Amino acid sequence: MSRFKSEATWRVLLQILALCSGAILLLILGFLAWETLPILHTIFLDQFWRDPGWYPSEQAYNLTPMVMGTLGVTVGAVLVATPLGLLSAVFCQYYAPTGVAQLYRRLIELLAGIPSVVYGLWGLVVLVPLIAKVQPPGSSLLAGTLILALMILPTIALVTDASLASLPPSYWHGSAALGLGTWATVQGICLPAIRSGLLTAVMLATARALGETMAVLMVCGNVVQVPDSIFAPVRTLTANIALEMAYALDLHRSALFASGLVLMLVVTGLVVVTDRMTDAPES
Amino acid sequence: MTSPTLSPPSFTADHHQPPSVRVENLSLRYGRKMAFANVDAQFRAGQITALIGPSGCGKTSFLSCLNRLHELTPKAQLSGQVYLNNCDTATIPLTPLRRQVGMLFQKPNPFPLSIYRNLAFPLKEHGICDRTLIHHIIETTLTDVGLWAEVKNRLKAPALSLSGGQQQRLCLARALALKPRVLLMDEPCSALDPLSSEVIEDLILRLKGTYTILIVTHNLGQASRIADDVAFFWVQHDVGQLVEFGPAKDIFAHPKDPLTAAYVSGRRG
Amino acid sequence: MVRRLAIPFGKEQGATLMVWLVALGITVLFLWLLSDVIWQGGQAINGAFLTQAPIKAGLEGGIAPILVSTGLVLGVCMGVSLPLGLGTALFLTEFSPQRSHQAIRLSLDILAGVPSIVFGLFGNAFFSKVLGLGFSILSGGLTLACMVLPILIRSIQVGLVNVPHEYRQAAAALGLSRLGTLKTLILPAALPGIAVGILLGIGRAIAETAALIFTSGYVDRMPTSLLDSGRVLSIHIFDLAMNIPGGEQNAYGTALVLVILLIVINTLVSWFAERFRQSKLQIL
Repeated sequence: MSRFKSEATWRVLLQILALCSGAILLLILGFLAWETLPILHTIFLDQFWRDPGWYPSEQAYNLTPMVMGTLGVTVGAVLVATPLGLLSAVFCQYYAPTGVAQLYRRLIELLAGIPSVVYGLWGLVVLVPLIAKVQPPGSSLLAGTLILALMILPTIALVTDASLASLPPSYWHGSAALGLGTWATVQGICLPAIRSGLLTAVMLATARALGETMAVLMVCGNVVQVPDSIFAPVRTLTANIALEMAYALDLHRSALFASGLVLMLVVTGLVVVTDRMTDAPES
Repeated sequence: MTSPTLSPPSFTADHHQPPSVRVENLSLRYGRKMAFANVDAQFRAGQITALIGPSGCGKTSFLSCLNRLHELTPKAQLSGQVYLNNCDTATIPLTPLRRQVGMLFQKPNPFPLSIYRNLAFPLKEHGICDRTLIHHIIETTLTDVGLWAEVKNRLKAPALSLSGGQQQRLCLARALALKPRVLLMDEPCSALDPLSSEVIEDLILRLKGTYTILIVTHNLGQASRIADDVAFFWVQHDVGQLVEFGPAKDIFAHPKDPLTAAYVSGRRG
Repeated sequence: MVRRLAIPFGKEQGATLMVWLVALGITVLFLWLLSDVIWQGGQAINGAFLTQAPIKAGLEGGIAPILVSTGLVLGVCMGVSLPLGLGTALFLTEFSPQRSHQAIRLSLDILAGVPSIVFGLFGNAFFSKVLGLGFSILSGGLTLACMVLPILIRSIQVGLVNVPHEYRQAAAALGLSRLGTLKTLILPAALPGIAVGILLGIGRAIAETAALIFTSGYVDRMPTSLLDSGRVLSIHIFDLAMNIPGGEQNAYGTALVLVILLIVINTLVSWFAERFRQSKLQIL
């Protein structure tokens, strides 16, 4: 019957499309690896942290300053944003009147969708001059940390909010019967109960912060150095790629792809671990 | 148990003798949970068999094995055989099998399409493309279920705008339009009000003889009013079992098994 | 939400104060950001801003060619990712057996987390260099298509999975083919879910910058073909803010246009999602 034939044809067609989608990741990994190969053939791996500095024109490829810059802004942003995002979710769930909570949630959702280049613009025009008043030049590790914290705060707040919302009301009945206050219940029962949700939120936010390019590129100052204070300008791995890809050739280009590959592997690792954690049954 | 003569398997559309349905050593499990086990029975051609028993004893699962609808549930594993006359249903391709074996569900489930399309879409899917023929079939089946007069002026209206009883009759018409030979009904009246339920019950009685009908019901009154045979299921050791099977009057008047006796007299279940 | 009687107790009151202060602080900070964009951007935007070409690298003039380039990049992106995403989602939910396609799922999950700058590197290496598309709207759109694919597939899958099981059951009991069931019943019922997926994809694509810097490029002229380089809104903002002294005003104007587009898209998303929910309630 022709009907079955056409169904089989469709099935094959859809399968091909699905395989194409699945193959994109392999394609990306393949191309990053391919473009990375030239530099791995030429220099020793340890030159990435032993070379005198990052002078691609003189075959010095020390990535340490950029790695430190990326780690600095990411760790700082996560440290700032996690408690704020957490409290923000607690506010939405347990403290705000229903109407206020709805409005507040709308605001946070809106901010989760604001493009990073707009955060960068605001940081450059408003935040950097403010920091410069305290300690010039303003474009600094601190500015990057704060802008990134602002950007990942909605992620943490929304994921935590959803985890809190999924808690059964019986927890509250139980603690109310014991005469516990709101904060005591939040601290003693709700937060421990959503530990894995909170961890997921933090991991997602970390992945986002590690990979973020535009906002940090615009506010960090982009000087290749290991920062000696929070007011010192830094350059992240992502900013390094964005700044130099346009004119990089040969080994220089290859070194940039190498840093992109490392970034991708780290972020992928985080995502996979988070996925596994979310899938694993709660103990 | 009387056994009718078994005609050779023949599934052409014009051959419209209802077949007998025979199951041999039929068991179904969902993962680790056994729904029912080791059911042997022969349901007589053209007769109405009521499946009764408490909730969760595997009646609905049993019904879904007869048109292989259990295959929609990924974890379901069937063992044993189902025969239409002498033909093993496992050997019949799904589409002709389900056209032979129609089904009516507990909750009316018309498609979110117009009344007309609800009937026309399955017909087209089964290769009937002649519009006058489609229209003819729709008119006859809707008349058969007593819906034609009520809806003939609004065939383009959404099927979901009909009342529950009308929806269920539409679903029956949808099944009948495909000219099945066996009809499976899973508590077709339980979601309806008493009046609509009576209309459906009358319809089922009118279909007797033309179709082999298996109906799951929790309403013992209904079972005694319409059924020729009754199959009584019960849960033993967490597994559904066919406890007693026979002519309706025997099951209700002289049940052999004490469980059956207790259930039909309303003492258990 | 559960409401409780607060017992007068110092720690509780302190916590309440802290939670409210944090929420207030965050609100103020974000409102500051938004009002800054609206206020400063509002001064830059007028009719001419939307219809003129940029003059002096965008210091004067408008953003007309940039809007056109953005539209074209989005068009290429959705034109490629939609058939691919729809096909994949249909295959994964309707046709694939349980286990055998976990590889595709995992690969899409990982793809969703890849940093956008890495997509930019890949797009530059593959579309611009190997396929020879150079810095063009086509290579930018294709790069974005790879990026939005996981979002698209996930939302379409949610839409498909949420179609009431009764439809599939009834269709199977009537012996209908999967293809017919899909075309006549499931796809129409999943349509709002699919719309949400498309809008989310567009939202992600329109906000993207890093993946486009070295794929679609910087050229701010009106594009004449898909092989021309074209500057999108977000890159225009970046370039004006970073590389053009005094470009902040028009950067804000462009940012306001971008934010308004995103808000429109967000509103449409919640509208469709709400409709989806209601149509489900109506059936059940």
